[in-house]
Amino acid sequence: MASVDKVGRRAPIVHSVRVDKVSRGAQILRFIRAAVVVVITSIMLIPVFWIVLTVFKSHPDAIAVPPKVVFKPRLVDSFVFLFTDRFLLPPPKLAQYPDECKESWTECVRNKCSKPRSGKELAWYECVALEGGQLVTGPGKYGEYVINSLIIAGCSTAAAVVLGLLSGYAYSRFDMPVKDFQLFFILSQRFLPAVVITIPIFLMYKDLHLQDTHLGMIILYTVVNLSLSVWLLRSFIDEIPREYEEAAMVDGYTRLQAIRKIVLPNALTGIAATTVFCLIFAWNEYAFALMLTSDVARTAPAFIPTMIGRGVVEWTSIAAGSLVFLIPVVIVTFALRKYLLRGVTFGAIRQ
Amino acid sequence: MADVILQNITKRFKTVTALKGVSFDIKDGEFFVLLGPTGAGKTTTLRVISGLERQDEGSVLFDGESVDHLTPADRDVAFVFEQYSLYPTMTVYENLAFPLRSPLRRMSEQVIRQRVEETAEKLRISPLLERTTAHLSGGEMQRVSLGRALVRDPQIFLMDEPLSNLDAKLREALRVELQHLQKTEGSTTLFVTHDQIEALTMGDRIGVLNKGRIVQIGTPEDIYDRPATTFVAQLVGTPRINLHEAVREDSTLHVTNSTIHLPIPAGDDLPPSFLLGVRPEDVQIHSEGGFLGQIALIEPLGVQTILHVKTGEQTLLSLVPGMTDLRVGEEVRFNVVRERLHYFQPDGTRISVERKT
Repeated sequence: MASVDKVGRRAPIVHSVRVDKVSRGAQILRFIRAAVVVVITSIMLIPVFWIVLTVFKSHPDAIAVPPKVVFKPRLVDSFVFLFTDRFLLPPPKLAQYPDECKESWTECVRNKCSKPRSGKELAWYECVALEGGQLVTGPGKYGEYVINSLIIAGCSTAAAVVLGLLSGYAYSRFDMPVKDFQLFFILSQRFLPAVVITIPIFLMYKDLHLQDTHLGMIILYTVVNLSLSVWLLRSFIDEIPREYEEAAMVDGYTRLQAIRKIVLPNALTGIAATTVFCLIFAWNEYAFALMLTSDVARTAPAFIPTMIGRGVVEWTSIAAGSLVFLIPVVIVTFALRKYLLRGVTFGAIRQ
Repeated sequence: MADVILQNITKRFKTVTALKGVSFDIKDGEFFVLLGPTGAGKTTTLRVISGLERQDEGSVLFDGESVDHLTPADRDVAFVFEQYSLYPTMTVYENLAFPLRSPLRRMSEQVIRQRVEETAEKLRISPLLERTTAHLSGGEMQRVSLGRALVRDPQIFLMDEPLSNLDAKLREALRVELQHLQKTEGSTTLFVTHDQIEALTMGDRIGVLNKGRIVQIGTPEDIYDRPATTFVAQLVGTPRINLHEAVREDSTLHVTNSTIHLPIPAGDDLPPSFLLGVRPEDVQIHSEGGFLGQIALIEPLGVQTILHVKTGEQTLLSLVPGMTDLRVGEEVRFNVVRERLHYFQPDGTRISVERKT
């Protein structure tokens, strides 16, 4: 495509446009591969699918044997049960409510039913509870615990990624004494399983008054995640050629400016991957949360199992809790999926 | 632009000493080429000048003032890397504008745009400005990389084998362009290469570096016609210089194990045994030549042909113009241009002799 411009000089060579031709065989192979992926994914998603089904089941349907796949869906019940504290009305008290209020919650809302003694009108979620013969006593703890989870997982992930980025950069670029040992030491922080170290940490936290605090949990998860994030980010930064920063430094930037302008944009893939890994750990962590938190800083995973055992096992609201709990990680992973695809930015250096 | 002086630079890495007391100076507006084989310390020299590495001893002076304490940014040099090192997340325009946007320079976007466009025009990469660097060919990348240096007005341009990753045709084209640019801009340039042709064609002066030491500094003529050591003599010139052991026998010199006996040119004072260097173009095939040889191999290059002439047990390379109708195995007579013989001590240093020119 070399052409001659007005002055008669040869224009720079424009890169060729390649037309990709895919053979029929390759197309079929690709189709088969896609089909296999779809099948495997479906199998993996069965538990999630079952959770979703359970959320919309009534209580008897949820515990029916054999399990029901076709049923009359209850759209809001499990969520109301999840987010409220209730108690079962004894038969004499229940009898005080008129029948049209107890039959179905939509009827109850339409009839503007009210509490028999105070005459206060029932809210829609109170109607839902009443349909199950229960009276709402107040908001449940679940919302609070999900917010705890968000705070703790979010802050510890941010801290682990920022600290991991800085030390990963240092380990990648600078010489330092006993570097290999330091890196091994950092990795060794993850050798012991949580259950082994929870008791010493529990005792330590008790002395430090960090037990059942957000700060305590953030520090703990940051430390555990740090070994992963330092190693991951170091290897990602290793792959960014030093020449980029050196070029930037010669071009008139300090090292820190070079990191911000050159290393960070190139490390986005690594940062995204590390963020997702750290977040998943901090979000799902159970053992530490169970031992080290009781109420103020209790996280959702430690709470969900305790829902078992209030009179009846409310499988539907446990399923609803699990579903709500799944959503944030899915959102973050989806939001970062563009950066998780590797190898987009590499290639402007000739090896 | 500045005069750059290196004084006794020594740089040690963990296990190796990369530079051993390197000293040279680059004058304002000069195109200085540092020539040496891989591992000679060329790149280290550039990195010391730019401040990316700190030397262990010696100092670097810009316009007579030491810059040893300055960061790379404050030294204000432009570096063209062997690997191009274009910022992959930026477009070509952003790459070129990047040095100008440095907090040290505080230029308005308008001035930057003007400078970038001027430079792009000069390097003929204007149509590429909005491209991302991943969609450039090797030659284009190298142009952009040069542009990122040229867009500034630095103390000195440091170029680290910028042409070595290009194919031969493109390399020749860019070599000419680069030389033209340097001459029209009058910029001080230190150009590092292992390619002797680049060095000879481009350099105002050449410094030859071997194993961390400067072996010889001189103009291309000095380097080619008066190599200081056998190392320089062999590094420069293709085909390689004929280098053979020789002995002095009264007033003639004799190349060991060959038929060559030459009267020693008047005034050449030689030790009893030494190394004789003869450039291939000085071995001339001639029907009335004084020596007899046999063609062992023929390498036609088009413009010239390299003949391997076997004489006694030695083989001499001879460079003859055009194509040849000689055949392998044929006997030929040849002469050696006596005025252009090179003599070296057995340890490799040049034995200088008085020559009437």
